[in-house]
Amino acid sequence: MKGKTNSDTLRKVLKVISSYHIFLILSIIFAAVSVILQLYIPLLFGDAIDNIIAEGKVDFAALGVVLSKILTLVVITSIATWIMNMLNNTITYRVVRDIRSRAIRQIQGVPLGFIDQHSVGDIVSRVIADADQLSDGLLLGFNQLFSGIIMIIVTLIFMFSKSVAITLFVVIMTPVSFIVAKFIAQRSFSMFKLQSETRGEQTALIDEMIGNAKVVKAFGYEDDSSERFNEINLRLQKYSQNAVFYSSLVNPSTRFVNSVIYAIVTLAGAFSILGGSLTVGGLSVLLNYANQYMKPFNDISAVITELQNALACAARLFELIEKERENDGNAELDEAAGEVDIENVSFSYVKEKKLIEDFSLKIKPGTRVAIVGPTGCGKTTMINLLMRFYDVDKGDIKVDEESIYEVSRHSLRRNYGMVLQDTWIKNGTVRDNINVGKPDATDEEIIKAAKEAHSWEFIKRLPKKLDTVLNEDSLSQGQKQLLCITRVMLCLPPMLILDEATSSIDTRTELLIQEAFDKMMKGRTSFIVAHRLSTIRNADIILVMKDGHIIEQGNHEELMAKNGFYTNLYNSQFARVS
Amino acid sequence: MKKLVKYLKGYEKETILAPLFKMLEAFFDLLVPLVVADIIDVGITSGNMQYILIRVFLMIALAALGLASSITAQFYAAKSSVGFATKLRQVTFDHIQSLSYTEIDTLGTSTLVTRLTSDINQTQNGLNMALRLLLRSPFIVFGSMVMAFTIDFKSALVFAVSIPVLGVVVYGIILICIPLYKKAQSRLDAVTELTRENLTGVRVIRAFCKEEDEIADFDEKNTALTKMNEFVGSISALMNPLTFLLINIATIILIKTGALQVNLGAIQQGDVVALYNYMAQMIIELVKLANLIVTINKGVACAERVSAILDVKSSMEYKNASAAGSDGSGVVRFDNVSFKYAGAGENAISSIDFEALKGQTIGIIGGTGSGKSTLVNLISRFYDATEGTVSIDGIDVKDYAKGELIEKIGVVPQKAVLFKGTIRENMRWGKEDATDEEIWQALETAQAKEVVLGKSGKLDFVIEQGGKNLSGGQRQRLTIARALVKRPEILILDDSASALDFATDAALRKAIAGMGNGITTFIVSQRTSSIMHSDNIIVLEDGEMIGKGTHSELMESSQTYREIYYSQFPEERPENKKTEEAMA
Repeated sequence: MKGKTNSDTLRKVLKVISSYHIFLILSIIFAAVSVILQLYIPLLFGDAIDNIIAEGKVDFAALGVVLSKILTLVVITSIATWIMNMLNNTITYRVVRDIRSRAIRQIQGVPLGFIDQHSVGDIVSRVIADADQLSDGLLLGFNQLFSGIIMIIVTLIFMFSKSVAITLFVVIMTPVSFIVAKFIAQRSFSMFKLQSETRGEQTALIDEMIGNAKVVKAFGYEDDSSERFNEINLRLQKYSQNAVFYSSLVNPSTRFVNSVIYAIVTLAGAFSILGGSLTVGGLSVLLNYANQYMKPFNDISAVITELQNALACAARLFELIEKERENDGNAELDEAAGEVDIENVSFSYVKEKKLIEDFSLKIKPGTRVAIVGPTGCGKTTMINLLMRFYDVDKGDIKVDEESIYEVSRHSLRRNYGMVLQDTWIKNGTVRDNINVGKPDATDEEIIKAAKEAHSWEFIKRLPKKLDTVLNEDSLSQGQKQLLCITRVMLCLPPMLILDEATSSIDTRTELLIQEAFDKMMKGRTSFIVAHRLSTIRNADIILVMKDGHIIEQGNHEELMAKNGFYTNLYNSQFARVS
Repeated sequence: MKKLVKYLKGYEKETILAPLFKMLEAFFDLLVPLVVADIIDVGITSGNMQYILIRVFLMIALAALGLASSITAQFYAAKSSVGFATKLRQVTFDHIQSLSYTEIDTLGTSTLVTRLTSDINQTQNGLNMALRLLLRSPFIVFGSMVMAFTIDFKSALVFAVSIPVLGVVVYGIILICIPLYKKAQSRLDAVTELTRENLTGVRVIRAFCKEEDEIADFDEKNTALTKMNEFVGSISALMNPLTFLLINIATIILIKTGALQVNLGAIQQGDVVALYNYMAQMIIELVKLANLIVTINKGVACAERVSAILDVKSSMEYKNASAAGSDGSGVVRFDNVSFKYAGAGENAISSIDFEALKGQTIGIIGGTGSGKSTLVNLISRFYDATEGTVSIDGIDVKDYAKGELIEKIGVVPQKAVLFKGTIRENMRWGKEDATDEEIWQALETAQAKEVVLGKSGKLDFVIEQGGKNLSGGQRQRLTIARALVKRPEILILDDSASALDFATDAALRKAIAGMGNGITTFIVSQRTSSIMHSDNIIVLEDGEMIGKGTHSELMESSQTYREIYYSQFPEERPENKKTEEAMA
């Protein structure tokens, strides 16, 4: 099962790389050239040494030929290696670029539900870290795997050409070094596991105590937290020390095994020379190969781990990239008058948990609809459906008698102006953040909108006014909300959605904005979600929601007269407590 | 950086022995080619089998000695580097905790977390590598050269020339690449940032139909990153082929020189093999050295970042013992207090004057950014007033010994933060030895009794990190209870009832007032209903105190207060009242 998904992922990965298949083939060819020559050159050095026999017995002519041959091949090898490296770089970086660019299109195109279900950090790490890991691991992995295999084969061929017996001995001894490495790796693995567990525990404590340093200080908890940190830190010291020590044994131990093999090869070589079946140059070559013969094996085992990692990353990426995009309506919705018809709508995020059921409402143009209810009752769900962030399960929503599922999302959304509780500020200037809905707005228009939204008061105090560059942290929550309101003030579409738009703004400023809102909402169909009931008293229709259901509806007076849930809610906010 | 050296204290022996044993290992490694040369020149030439056999055993013995030295060295290196990192981590953690709010604001907590985790880990890796290889690699490189000189002076000159040339090439490429890598990294950061922005702003982007613009923006940054990467890649791709080329050219020259020397009878064939082997050994070590320089560079950069944090001094000093002269009055007094945040242009609060008597409730109201939280933060001395004095019991808060001020004050911060652990453990933050009874009492006052009773395990209910398994309102009530457990003399509620409904808020205030130990309470709020019954209300606007008095006094005297009040109680507005009466 797991193998199948792995090969499935691998197939998809190959497809992504396939647009660079020429680069890939060239890279493999150059890799082969480079590896073979790198192994062949020591052989030639052996030949060269064989021409240096003793005093007065040096064959300079033959030596010159061999050495110039070496020089030519060295130059060729260097060039081949360089080209191969460049090709690999190109493939790696372009594949990452392609994957990322597909990912961003996907982020803009998948149903919102997918994004809501995943944390931002999770998706970001897929697009950034996983993509890097995939390209690095996979492409370099393929390459090393390929050159490693060529290297082993070629090494063996060259060694056999010098001495069959000695080479056979080296081959037979190969597993010894592996077994030693594996034995140590197993011991150190459990230490690494303990180390990473303890490290995780420590990071969690750091996150809590340093992340909330202010609370820690307010309670004078520094000594306690230092003590807790110390306890974990000492445990970590023990595990880390063991992990570092044990893992560092792999290298010297395998090297020792290799040294012993090396010594035996020397012995066998020396006897072979005496027996006349080997030359001194040949021995020198054998020794050199015996020394480097183990390296590709170690590389390959590292590469396999790397490849597995890369495939795991690829699987996570493909989950994002292959997610089905939203389908879109063909017709275009013109500037709407603002009549909204909600017809027998049912909707739920999770099938088992019914939320909105068979809900109908006819809203005439210019109506002010307020949605109220306790936190988490599903107020925002209505907004999600109206904006078509989510699709209804059953029923239909019509704007100006046209189903929103028949028209394009863009044309629908252009008819709405939206201010949400979760403000969003992009990295850019204040101007960039305001003229989102109307990129060609003049400064006069922007300033006028800012004045109406009462954001001008703080914008004018910023160092560069409209040209001040903002990021998520440069404004207070209230200021961000004012900025978001300004955005909508500037473009004023025919319908408005205000989802807790003033929740972080103090009541006095809110009152001022309210006037602007009133002006803005005049003649526009508007939907207002709020927990402050004072903001929604003037609405034409108030929908009272609880646990996803609309339990009461009517205007303020009607609902108060009912003496039901709304009345309770209202009184709990405005009750006179003495 | 140099300051960090002192954290190696206690590991001096290990720190010195590790590289020494590593050198010993290298020394044994260096002997091997000599032995091989002996076998060829003496053993094979004379056909002496016994001689060959003894030399081969010598090789194995050398390998075994090398292994033993290596293991010893690794052990000491691990002990020293891990011990160093452990100590450094503890010191840094404690140091960060000793910093005042001002430094925490300037540095930002996320940086501090990175320094404590990955930076220190990198430092540990760097040190470990340095201990193991920093002496060994140069030793082998120069050792090979020295050995070569003992074999033949003329041939060895090739080594003397090729080492510096290789060094210049390798180091040059690294030097060119490092700043370029940094540039590539910052471009990657830009792509990351944009991805995050696209996700957090997905609703707004879609609502304003900005998908295509965002994609274009992303593509531009993505392409810039790719170009940079390819550029750096093409330079660093030179490293391997170039070193390979140089090394082999050096080897060709070496063999040619060797051949001449053999022909003259200065050396023998075996010596050429030995020279060739030393060259090979040296090359391997040079490659290691290059990688080592990169790792150590990283480690040093990280160590510098950690060191920079340790250099930050807390801007707040504490007296060893509290000043004498406490009048025990319980009075909290602001005497012409102004405060400016570090790096800010304007005062956050200016010239605040007031007095809170023991047992009084003080309401603080004003718009966002008017300085409400700043004002109460000065009482618990989270920040030091820039001008004027804040005093409690007649003593300047700056003259209290560390910890004593905190004893007196219970703070409920704006952000309801709870910690991983049971409810009981969280409640004991203020008072380590609080009994269950005391905890329940505090919970009851904080209107949190029902919350806890509703949880499985009651006080043993385990709160997840960040309080994720509780609702906002529940968290807020528990943080209030946490502050009450120690029965503080002064309680500060910094907009801490915002997630509570009005009825619970009222019940909470009533319960606190009824605690009966003359607790002085400061309530920061945007809601008039939360503070209108206070003994004294302070109205702030842009950091200035523009009104002070009881609710009814302020309704008379303060225009701003009236506006705030009516914005929340519109039906109380005189003109509305009239219409209502008229309708009735």
